[in-house]
Amino acid sequence: MPNPGNEACIVGIGQTEFSRASGRSEQQLCAEAILAACEDAGLSPKDIDGAMTFDLDNSDEVDLMRNLGTPEMRYSMRTPQGGAGSVTTLVHAKKAVESGLCDVMVIWRAMNERSQYRFGQPHTAVNPKGMSSTFMEWCMPFGAQTPAAWEALSATPYLERYGVTSEDLGRISVLFRQNAATNPAAWFYGQPITLEDHQKSRWIVPPHLKLLDCCQESDGGVAIIVTRRDRARDLKQVPARLLGAEYAFLFNHEIISDFYEGDLAELANSVRVKERLTAAAGVSPAETNVAMIYDNFTPQVLRQLEAFGYCKPGEGKHYVADGHMNLDGKSPLSPNGGLIGEAYIHGMNNITEGVRQLRGTAANQVKNVETVFMCSGVAGAIIGR
Amino acid sequence: MTRISSANPHRPDPVLTIDTAFFWAAADEGRFVAQQCGGCDTLWHPPRPVCPKCLSKEKHAHDLSGRGTVMSWIMPVHPPAHGFDAPPIVVLVETEEGLRFVSNIEGIDPRAMKNGLKVEVAFARTKGGHQVPIFVPAEEA
Repeated sequence: MPNPGNEACIVGIGQTEFSRASGRSEQQLCAEAILAACEDAGLSPKDIDGAMTFDLDNSDEVDLMRNLGTPEMRYSMRTPQGGAGSVTTLVHAKKAVESGLCDVMVIWRAMNERSQYRFGQPHTAVNPKGMSSTFMEWCMPFGAQTPAAWEALSATPYLERYGVTSEDLGRISVLFRQNAATNPAAWFYGQPITLEDHQKSRWIVPPHLKLLDCCQESDGGVAIIVTRRDRARDLKQVPARLLGAEYAFLFNHEIISDFYEGDLAELANSVRVKERLTAAAGVSPAETNVAMIYDNFTPQVLRQLEAFGYCKPGEGKHYVADGHMNLDGKSPLSPNGGLIGEAYIHGMNNITEGVRQLRGTAANQVKNVETVFMCSGVAGAIIGR
Repeated sequence: MTRISSANPHRPDPVLTIDTAFFWAAADEGRFVAQQCGGCDTLWHPPRPVCPKCLSKEKHAHDLSGRGTVMSWIMPVHPPAHGFDAPPIVVLVETEEGLRFVSNIEGIDPRAMKNGLKVEVAFARTKGGHQVPIFVPAEEA
């Protein structure tokens, strides 16, 4: 970094409550989350000049401006690939503010994904807004129509090669719910589960995915504000420096229908992200103090743990069982309870939790946090103090 | 002998696009095919308008042997798959030619399912009268 003052930092985070029926429009959830992030940062919506969300989001910068009075945008963009794009937003935001495309970029994701539509239900459109990164027409006539089915079909070779059992997956779910149980913002606050609960939960996609292996469907909004370090000095919070944010997508891969290339037991995109991110940040994911790992389904946690270098291929189940990802372990996993325990705002609520951990203000605060790793398969970021 | 299953009369029809219609038209005729590049002969699935290897736009349908191996299998039981009265077994099959297809397997008890199973192509009718390639356990040689 030639000019430290130019470095991108997360300076504001905001979120609505997480629920199963928000009772208000997605546009309002978007506005509320952004206002909360502005308040957190000590900024006005009038300071925002860059906007980014998912291509799946139903609100856009026009809505943002007409609701919050933002006078002028200099840059706006959308990122594809659903939840896999959640950490990708930080890749774009970092480059956008560091290059001067904009000075204050807001990232949001706001959705009534439980009350207004159900992501987990069968999709029958060719491209159910997953765009061309997932070629669904090859799945629909055969009854593979849900995220759980697509995920399970790609995860089975991994699970079988390394003898990962349903109990192994259940331990991950138990850990998320244990963390959520003591996080008042979590939907599953006060509702821990046992391994037996996991084992008794209904089959979603045998032979591997039970109900408690799946994340939630949630209503809610999350917003994050990114600016440069020199500007961050005047704001309310200790900035979360974006030490690195990297994205990698390799030939012939797809997003959730990633069936067609290479050895399905490894996440080639994530391995590439790890290499580039470690070089950029000067610290590897496994050397950070908190692991915010995208958990749409439990197998995805193990596969990313291995791809991002926490342990060797096949050892993920032991890494979890040995307690390394507990709150007092060496790599605490999603202390907010993750997408399984807190809420599924398409991965974005794991980024806000990473920032809270760095600030020292989280409900389940890990001690002495200097750096936090966040990932969503094809993208990873490391933030530091 | 090509087998045609009518086990799921409400099975969704294939979605025809400019780049993929040849695959489904062949299936309607009882042929299991893949796109072959006219420039370098490479086979591709899913189909695409340009060959990523030699960048040729020339292409044609190439008949596959119909034999392959199950790489992955699942049963989506909840929520019920649209168009299926009972949960299908979804398979990811790698063909002898090295291409991978998402499909179904019929004629086997789920308890007997395993990765590595040898399969051969069959066809299944859809609700609109099309046929799509599915698989059945391979006959012992």
